[in-house]
Amino acid sequence: MSYLDNILFAIILAIGFGYFFVSIKKIRRNINLGTDVNRTDNPKARWTNMAMIALGQSKMVRRPVAGILHIIVYIGFVIINIELLEIIIDGLFGTHRVFAFLGTTYNVLIASFEILAVLVLVAVFAFWSRRNIIKLKRFVSSDLKGWPKSDANYILYFEVVLMTLFLLMNASDLHLQNVPGGYGHFIKAGSFPVSQFIEPIFNGLSNELVMLLSEGFWWVHIIGILIFMNYLYFSKHLHILLAFPNTYFANLNAQGQFDNLQSVTNEVKLMMDPNADPFAAAPVDPNAVPSKFGASDVQDLNWVQLLNAYTCTECGRCTSSCPANNTGKKLSPRKIMMDTRDRLEEVGKNIDANKGVFIPDNKSLLNDYITAEELWACTSCNACVEECPVNISPLSIIMDMRRYLVMEQSAAPMPLNAMMTNIENNGAPWQYNQQDRLNWKNE
Amino acid sequence: MSENLIVPTMAEMLAQGKQPEVLFWVGCAGSFDDRAKKITKAFVRILNRSNVSFAVLGTEESCTGDPAKRAGNEFLFQMQAMMNIEVLNGYEAKKIVTACPHCFNTLKNEYPELGGQYEVIHHTEFLKSLLDDGRLTIEGGQFKGKRITFHDPCYLGRANNVYEAPRDLITKLDAALVEMKRSKANGLCCGAGGAQMFKDAENGDKEINIERTEDALETAPDIIAAGCPFCNTMMTDGIKNKERESDVKVMDIAELIANAQDL
Repeated sequence: MSYLDNILFAIILAIGFGYFFVSIKKIRRNINLGTDVNRTDNPKARWTNMAMIALGQSKMVRRPVAGILHIIVYIGFVIINIELLEIIIDGLFGTHRVFAFLGTTYNVLIASFEILAVLVLVAVFAFWSRRNIIKLKRFVSSDLKGWPKSDANYILYFEVVLMTLFLLMNASDLHLQNVPGGYGHFIKAGSFPVSQFIEPIFNGLSNELVMLLSEGFWWVHIIGILIFMNYLYFSKHLHILLAFPNTYFANLNAQGQFDNLQSVTNEVKLMMDPNADPFAAAPVDPNAVPSKFGASDVQDLNWVQLLNAYTCTECGRCTSSCPANNTGKKLSPRKIMMDTRDRLEEVGKNIDANKGVFIPDNKSLLNDYITAEELWACTSCNACVEECPVNISPLSIIMDMRRYLVMEQSAAPMPLNAMMTNIENNGAPWQYNQQDRLNWKNE
Repeated sequence: MSENLIVPTMAEMLAQGKQPEVLFWVGCAGSFDDRAKKITKAFVRILNRSNVSFAVLGTEESCTGDPAKRAGNEFLFQMQAMMNIEVLNGYEAKKIVTACPHCFNTLKNEYPELGGQYEVIHHTEFLKSLLDDGRLTIEGGQFKGKRITFHDPCYLGRANNVYEAPRDLITKLDAALVEMKRSKANGLCCGAGGAQMFKDAENGDKEINIERTEDALETAPDIIAAGCPFCNTMMTDGIKNKERESDVKVMDIAELIANAQDL
């Protein structure tokens, strides 16, 4: 037998993985456009979070129906991919079912892959119905118009095609295994609780044709997997990889604790220092970039917030629990994450087109993607953060953008300006004299 | 109306060379808002009855800066925080109790980094500890069989994971604690947080407090219990909007306890 097949397979594999790593590098580069934040403390708690939330899917089951369906697809994906190892070895070395020597273990493995494949098909059908027939509110909202809606369906179609090919591959293989006296390299191996019922469709076809079909299914299946892997970068489906680092680097503090801006602390301390010389010249550092308070574009956000944006799989649990969104306001935490990712992609493409340098494009995350109206509708209630199955914080982005609006642009709504003036003047958000603070005692 | 509330200030305590067991942070709402002042007084009555040695900052207290921070004004927040920390550290405050979850969250979580390290507890947790230590006893009766639903304040619940203390207190009243469909970690905001209290809501098709009031009314409650002066305002407004003031009361946990004791 010629080695042409194996060489072709090696080339396809190399292209598939090569292109995938180029995408991963690009994501890494884009995420690193964000400002620095230290999330390396307390590794024990971080590993625990990753194990429980990403690996263990603990937050998914807060909504049991979607949670359990998701776990089926997730386990199916992870387990069936063990089969991928055999496929790659077979493809590279021209072997057939190289792990067949495992005997009973092999039979159990193949049988469980088949059962999982069917369960995945059932779950995928349920997911598809929820989006296209039942039309759950969070899947038909305006956030998802256009590409995001198609993307979600394409992922489901991909899964159907891959699972079907896997089962057809096994069915045709089984058909040839059952040829009296044996046929070619199709040794008796594996147990086929599902594809044994598909196998009869090959009755009446010549063995040569079935072998051709079997090899065809095998090739289309592995090429399909490689295409799907490379599709990730263009899709919300990236979460299957990024959920892991995202849960590891997620905030560990109490959800109510918002960060204190260090740049502000320095200035406030200087203001309150009685020994500070009011006429002293600012310290001269020719390389210092004047610091900006808050965020108006993706480069002002920290890298964890950008990782959050790439991790978001647009499930919309955040938005469906958002009090502002629930009462018809424009704010949608999911849209905050999608906008951040889309703008980051735009900035990344700008850098690619300009030989590694970002050329200002007169656009920004604020206004061109996210409007002030959305930002001011937030009650900072943390429902979105609590809901997110992979610990994304839309709230932290909203707060950083409010900071920019208030501290850089003095663009707070009028009543908030009045509230802040009161705090400055009399130490309360309302216009009461601080000297009257204890009057309640005698009223 | 004169009742004999004993409310020493930290300055008076210091003059006598004394350090109270706990500093009661009253907060802006608790000091100035007519409805919230009643909560403040109810809490003080319980403290007086239980012989808790406490003191307030009085006119030395100033806004924690919470609404400024949530509105995005980090400068104003940190100015307020540093001034308050100077006062608190001046009195060597160790333990702070407050009836406002916003003050609670800010003092507990955001002051330490700026130099203010205190043990901060919410008044429902403090009341619970008084009960557990036997310093406070509740004779049920008045609330026996009443249906009480508890609205979780975001800055107490999700923000700081305090869900049980207020519920334990309601159960101690012999009342029937009924949960809303969205409660605890799934609780819906009253609409006041994130500085929303001080501005009009953005355009939408409903006010958040109405949505939340509907959640509460679904439980057919006699009383909606709150643990936050702002939630209290929002839910009270919601009840008024629904014209249910005559049969549904909005009360703070401290008021429930004080009433049970006939204080």
